[in-house]
Amino acid sequence: MNMELSFPGDLQDERARSSRNLSEVERWASIAAGAGLAVYGLSRIKRSGWLYAAMGGLLLRRGVTAHCDVYEALGMNTAADPDDTRAALGGPRGVNVLESVTINRPIDELYRFWRNLENLPQFMRHLESVEKITDTISHWRAKGPAGSVVEWDAEINNEVPNQVIGWRSLEGADVVSAGSVNFDTAAAGRGTRVTVHLQYSPPAGKVGAAVAKLFGRDAETEIREDLRRFKQLVEAGEVPTTAGQPRG
Amino acid sequence: MKALCWYGTNDVRIARVPDPRILNPRDAIVKVTLTAICGSDLHLFDGFIPTMKRGDILGHEFMGEVVEVGPENTKLKKGERVVVPFTIACGRCYFCERRLFAACDNSNPNAWMLEEAYGYSGSGLFGYSHMMGGYAGGQAEYVRVPFADVGPYKVPEGLSDEQVLFLTDIFPTGYMAAENCNITPGDTVAVWGCGPVGQFCIASAWLLGAGRVIAIDREPERLMMAADRGKAEVLDLTATNVFEALKDLTGGRGPDACIDAVGMEAHGNTIDDWYDKAKTTMMMATDRLSALRQAIHCCRKGGTLSIPGVYGGFLDKVPFGAAFGKGLTLKMGQTHVHRYLPALMDRIQRGEIDPSYVITHRLRLDDAPNAYKTFRDKEDGCIKVVLKP
Repeated sequence: MNMELSFPGDLQDERARSSRNLSEVERWASIAAGAGLAVYGLSRIKRSGWLYAAMGGLLLRRGVTAHCDVYEALGMNTAADPDDTRAALGGPRGVNVLESVTINRPIDELYRFWRNLENLPQFMRHLESVEKITDTISHWRAKGPAGSVVEWDAEINNEVPNQVIGWRSLEGADVVSAGSVNFDTAAAGRGTRVTVHLQYSPPAGKVGAAVAKLFGRDAETEIREDLRRFKQLVEAGEVPTTAGQPRG
Repeated sequence: MKALCWYGTNDVRIARVPDPRILNPRDAIVKVTLTAICGSDLHLFDGFIPTMKRGDILGHEFMGEVVEVGPENTKLKKGERVVVPFTIACGRCYFCERRLFAACDNSNPNAWMLEEAYGYSGSGLFGYSHMMGGYAGGQAEYVRVPFADVGPYKVPEGLSDEQVLFLTDIFPTGYMAAENCNITPGDTVAVWGCGPVGQFCIASAWLLGAGRVIAIDREPERLMMAADRGKAEVLDLTATNVFEALKDLTGGRGPDACIDAVGMEAHGNTIDDWYDKAKTTMMMATDRLSALRQAIHCCRKGGTLSIPGVYGGFLDKVPFGAAFGKGLTLKMGQTHVHRYLPALMDRIQRGEIDPSYVITHRLRLDDAPNAYKTFRDKEDGCIKVVLKP
C-alpha cells in the first residue's frame, strides 16, 4: 500500500539520516558551546562545576550526532533541506493523512476521472486549478492561509492503470508533498474502494498543522470531505448544496 | 414568497423570503398546493432537535405542481402534479440501490454533523435542522426539490390533494412500521400513540393481515378515531394498567408485535415519565421515552418491537434487559418513503384506503403559527393539520 511513497534510495538515505534532526549551523553551534561549557565546568573547583561539564557534554553530543532529543520530543526537525521531498517526508516526518471511501461506480471510470488531474479542483475545495504541463508533470494552485496562494509543480511518479496513481511535488514547492490514490474493488456488488494517502510538510512544520487544527479543519477532515464530494460527483452527478436557498 | 420560518423554541412565523431557484442540475421547483404539519415538526417547535438556525423554513409533507426543472432532470415536466417524499435520495448510491432511501449517502450536505453524532449520516430531509441537511422545507408557497428525478411521484388523475398528501411521510411511515412487525395471519399488534402515524400503523397492520390491533393513547378523540376509523380495540393509558390489560386481552401471552408511534416526547402516566420530564427540562437528557419502555415491557417473548417514533439522542433507563431476556427483534428508522409510495398510491387509487380521514384542521399557510400551538397542545380535537398556501 505504501510502496508508491518509497522513493529510490530511500532506505539508505533513511538509515543515514534517521537520527539527524539538526541543521549544520545548529550542529556547529552546539559543538562550540558544548566544548566551551565543558572546559569551563571542568576548570572550576566548586562542586557545581560537574553540572556545567555535564551540560557541555550533552551539547557536544547533540552537535556531533546532529541529533536533538528535545527536537525529537517536539516533533521538530531542522536538518532537512525543504527543497528535497524525500528529506522532508521520509519516515515519520511531515503530516500523514489516510482516508478511504467506497464508491458505487466501476474502477476504470474512477481511475480515469482522477488521472485527469484537471478534474481534481471540482471536488478538492482548496485547489484553485491543476494545469497539465506534460503527461506526468502538472502545475497546482491552492488557496493557502489568510488569502494567500500556494503553488507547486508535481510529478506522477507511480502509475498502474486502475490501481494506483502516486505523485510528489517537485523542487521549489511551497508545500512539499507526496501522495497516492489507490483503487480496488470491494466485495462483489459493493463498488470501488478509493484510498488516499497524503503526506505533506506544511510551511511551519508539524506545529503549523497543529495550529491549523486549532483554528479550522485539519487535513484529515479536508481530505475526507474532498473524497465525499468526489463520491457525490461521480455517483449522483452533483454535490448536494443548500447555498443560495431562501430563508427567513 | 411566503414561508413558515423557525425563530426559536415556540416561535414560528410566516415570513416573506426570496423564491427558491434551481441550484443543482437534478433539481426541480414545486409550487406547493397542499402541505401539512407533522408530529415530528413539533419536536422542532419544542426545541428538541439541535442544529436549527433562526429563519429556517420548516415543513416536510408537501405536494404541488412542478414549475421548473433543472437541466439534468429528464423525468419531470412543468405542470405535472407530484407528491414529494420527505427523505431526499440520490437514487444511485449503494443504499438507494438497496432501496434504503433514508440512508442515502449523497443527499446530506452536512453529513459530517450527523457523523459526529451517529457515526454515519442518513439522507437529507426537508425542513428538519442543519444536521439533516439544512434544506428549506415545504410549508411555503414554493420549494426546491433536490434529486427531483428520483423522489417526486406523479399523482394519477382523479385523486384529490388530501387523498395523496400523506404519501409524503406519515402513510408510508405507518406502513413501514407495520411491515417491520413481520405480521403473520392472526397476529396481535399493539400500537402506542394514536396520532396520524399511529392511525396509519393501525390501518396498515390490517392491510398486512393482523388478526387484532390494540391502540393505546391518552387523548379521547385520538382513541375514538382509532376505534371508529381504525377498527382497533383501544386502551386509555390514563384509566388502565396497560400491561395488565394487554396481558388479559392476549390470553396471558402479550402482543406479537408492538409499535412505538410516539417517540421522544412521550406523555406517559408513570413514575419514569416524570423522571424523564425532569431530566429533559434540566437539559440532562435528550428524549422522553415512557412509551418505548412500556412497549418493550409489554411485548411477548420473541416478539417484534417496531419504532417509527423519532428519537434523537442518548436514551436513559431503557429496559434493555427485558428486550434481551425476551429475545425481542427491534426495527426502527426513518422511512424509506420512495420504496412504499408507488404501491400505496395504487392502494389509494383502488379505493382500499383514503388517508384523508386523519385530517381534523384545514387552514391557510398564514394560520400555521397558531396551528403549531393547537396541534402541540392537542386543543380543539386536533389530530392533523393541512395548510393551503
